Amino acid sequence: MDRARILRAVEGSFIKDDSEIPQIAPGDMVRVHFKVIEGDKERIQPFEGLVIAVRGSGVNRTFTVRKVSFGVGVERIFPLYSPRIERIEILRRGRVRRAKLYYLRKKSAKESRLEERREA
Amino acid sequence: MKAVVSYGLIGEKIGMTRIFTPDGLSVPVTVLQCGPCYVVQKKDIDRDGYRALQLGYKEVKERKLNKPLLGHLKKAQVPPLRFLAEFHFKDHEKYEVGQVLKVDGFSVGDRVDVRGISKGKGFQGVIRRFGYSGGPKSHGSMFYREPGSIGATDPEKVFKGKGLPGRMGRDTVTVRNLEVVAVYPERNLLLVRGAVPGPAGGRVLVFKRAS
Repeated sequence: MDRARILRAVEGSFIKDDSEIPQIAPGDMVRVHFKVIEGDKERIQPFEGLVIAVRGSGVNRTFTVRKVSFGVGVERIFPLYSPRIERIEILRRGRVRRAKLYYLRKKSAKESRLEERREA
Repeated sequence: MKAVVSYGLIGEKIGMTRIFTPDGLSVPVTVLQCGPCYVVQKKDIDRDGYRALQLGYKEVKERKLNKPLLGHLKKAQVPPLRFLAEFHFKDHEKYEVGQVLKVDGFSVGDRVDVRGISKGKGFQGVIRRFGYSGGPKSHGSMFYREPGSIGATDPEKVFKGKGLPGRMGRDTVTVRNLEVVAVYPERNLLLVRGAVPGPAGGRVLVFKRAS
């Protein structure tokens, strides 16, 4: 067996099923329910924002969520298959023409409104 | 003198990836395919002056090997194998020629050493190869990445071991104390935490030092 296939087989057991994870794409408004461990307590902290990038393949896939909190831009990168992610909710799908939406960092909130994606 | 090992195998580096622990930590791992290794020869003090097990790894087609090597392997009644390496096992006596060693000799949590040949970097200057600081880039400096003075006038020679430009990499490198994160005996795979010398596909020796 060639090396790439062995690697994929090893990663395979850590990749969650499609049924557990929604298809997320740049431009989507999402709410990520993320488990945080404080001392010995565990609680769920939602992080809501716009997906501005999805990168990587296999278990290495990550996505970047941006939100503006009290006037400060906050970006968080989540590994897509992290067991700490309890659930991902898709609130709204935006229509975008780019894979990476880094240009939104320079835009005001008003300018960064996105049109809703219409499924064909 | 070879380090005494409690277990050792010859293997191949497959590549790196990450895995998650149940509580959600991401662990960088290198996937190694190790064994099955055959004991090809036992070296003993009486006959050879030292003790070691010669292991062979990676079954190949008979036509891929030359006759002297095939003859050597035939004596041990093992299949044609591409690589041979010696290990000094702690319980040397317990092993017989022809015996098969597999990854299940390692278990999760073990600390292993991995030896491989690092990637070749070609002909490199003194900054990359030895970490010299180099000079200023501007203000008329004509001393960017030079080695500088290589010695004083009094000894009238350059001391041995002085770092100068040259071939870098492709050295035998041993990384010690890597944690075994997972063992998959059915696929002969071993996952160790962290990086391992050499390119993907490179041959590595994996062993557990006997304390």
